[in-house]
Amino acid sequence: MLTILFDGIAYGMLLFVLACGLAVTLGLMNFVNLAHGAFAMAGGYCLVVLVNRLGFPFFAALPLAFLFSAVLGFVLERTLYVHVYRKPHLDQVLFTIGLVFMSVAGVDYVMGSGQVFARLPSWLEGQINVFGVGLGRYRLLIIVICGLLTIGLQLILSRTRFGSRLRASVDDARVARGLGINVSGVFALTFAFGSGLAGLGGALGVEILGLDPTFPLKYMIYFLIVVTVGGTSSITGPFLASLLLGIGDVAGKYYVPTLGAFVIYTIMIVVLIWRPQGLFARGVAR
Amino acid sequence: MNARSLIGAIRDRLAARSRWNVLEIAFWLVALSTVYLLPGRHLILTEIAILGLFALSLDLILGYAGIISLGHAAFFGFGAYVAGLLAVHGIITEPLLALLASGLAAMLLGFVTSFLVLRGSDLTRIMVTLGVALVLRELANRNAWLTGGADGLQGVEIKPLLGLFRFDMFGHTAYAYCLAVLFVMFLLARRIVNSPFGLSLQSIKGNPLRAAAVGIPVNRRLVAVYTIAAGYAGVAGALLTQTTAFASLDVFAFDRSADLLLVLIIGGTGYLYGGLIGAILFKLMQDYISALTPQYWPFWIGLLLVVIVMVGRERITSWTAPIRALTARLDWRAPRTPVPEARP
Repeated sequence: MLTILFDGIAYGMLLFVLACGLAVTLGLMNFVNLAHGAFAMAGGYCLVVLVNRLGFPFFAALPLAFLFSAVLGFVLERTLYVHVYRKPHLDQVLFTIGLVFMSVAGVDYVMGSGQVFARLPSWLEGQINVFGVGLGRYRLLIIVICGLLTIGLQLILSRTRFGSRLRASVDDARVARGLGINVSGVFALTFAFGSGLAGLGGALGVEILGLDPTFPLKYMIYFLIVVTVGGTSSITGPFLASLLLGIGDVAGKYYVPTLGAFVIYTIMIVVLIWRPQGLFARGVAR
Repeated sequence: MNARSLIGAIRDRLAARSRWNVLEIAFWLVALSTVYLLPGRHLILTEIAILGLFALSLDLILGYAGIISLGHAAFFGFGAYVAGLLAVHGIITEPLLALLASGLAAMLLGFVTSFLVLRGSDLTRIMVTLGVALVLRELANRNAWLTGGADGLQGVEIKPLLGLFRFDMFGHTAYAYCLAVLFVMFLLARRIVNSPFGLSLQSIKGNPLRAAAVGIPVNRRLVAVYTIAAGYAGVAGALLTQTTAFASLDVFAFDRSADLLLVLIIGGTGYLYGGLIGAILFKLMQDYISALTPQYWPFWIGLLLVVIVMVGRERITSWTAPIRALTARLDWRAPRTPVPEARP
């Protein structure tokens, strides 16, 4: 029971790191980015290549995976995404689906279609016992890293100048621009950072979520659930939503395996019908 | 202008909209001629006809009502499984009746789920439609006793059409059958979109708030068109099952819904032929590229999508504009004074 809760929390934390970039993209520019998973996949493959082929230590590869996805996100944002912001949602959907297909087939071509694994340091394998509950070491690490990241993000958002600019831009981009905030600059940085976080999440998730070229398609719906259920107006909404999703998914698969992912999808639809703005959204009409 | 002449004018407008022009007639004549002229290509032509019908269905809700759906395969797949199950269990063995039953079943599903797409923004609709398709796929996957699960529905045996025409292995009967169904469904769709009902849909797409203000029951209209479109998709799915004698989980796949959007975007939305033309181009392209690189074919689809959006959808589909202008000029029955084009 506690182990399931623990696994669920680790899974949820991971989902949060993967999806929080998407929340910002969606909230800030009202941009539907279905290709978010592609950045996560890029980070994951970056880690696998660094650790397995080039022999980097695991912890050195993690920041590099972050950096790789962030740079990739920044370049794509400046070259391609900027042209699509003002287009209708249908165009955004088509564009990002196109990117997903390209990334899936491209990675398939370069890396092969099989599932890949990363070599973990030996001290991260196995379990430790805390009060009689077996906790996976790697999952514990994920919780620690993701927890620190979440606190860090929350601090950046609430305490720094950049954070207040970002919040202002999310709340009302036009007024923010009028106040002299460089909204597109803020957005480019945030997009890169969000992609980087996705890459880091993808890298951390190689062990738990598995990694193969269809990753962006498989987890696209999960990211979207986190964002739509959590709402895009704060960082706590998506955080709580990812924890719920993580625990719900792990518990659902454990207790009622016959239903599979069915429960999650149904809950998502119900929530969307019940509260189209998300469960934890503030009552702001957008 | 008194009421009677106004009604007359409106009636003339509607009649002018629904008039057949030369290119349309030519299009269907060419389609008919392929039954006799291209007997070796009937297998791929069957696929084109089915995809065309499926795209027609999406055009009804996307091109006319402006609902973005990323899970239209839900109804396609539902129709496919219903047709398969009807055949396997021998409930309705006559293919045409089974087709009708599958379409009605899909319509029922469309009606039930249509209430989910009424609320919320584009993103909510995308998510909900995607979710419905995923739920159905998961249901089909889990209930293996009924659907065969991941192995697909085995043992589908399709009886001769109307008790007369056997489905042969070269797909001649299948193609004629699909083309006939497509044509009938197309006529129906053409009638629907040119009716006052169709016009009200376009006004909803243009501006739901104003449409409601002039007295159009927006939600009821959206429910109606979503239901109709679901029926179309169900028929398309049923055709797939009947012509291939097989149904698998693949019918619910996300790729299918995404490809469908591409098909419609290639051909252009909102004039019904977009889906058919798009289906032809898409299948020919798929045939060509997948012969070169079978595994990496999605890459080229993706690239095409990105390029289309970058260049601009309007410019991509504007290649049909001169043709449409030409047809207007070719129309020998066109009124002397051109009717001003309605702007939604």
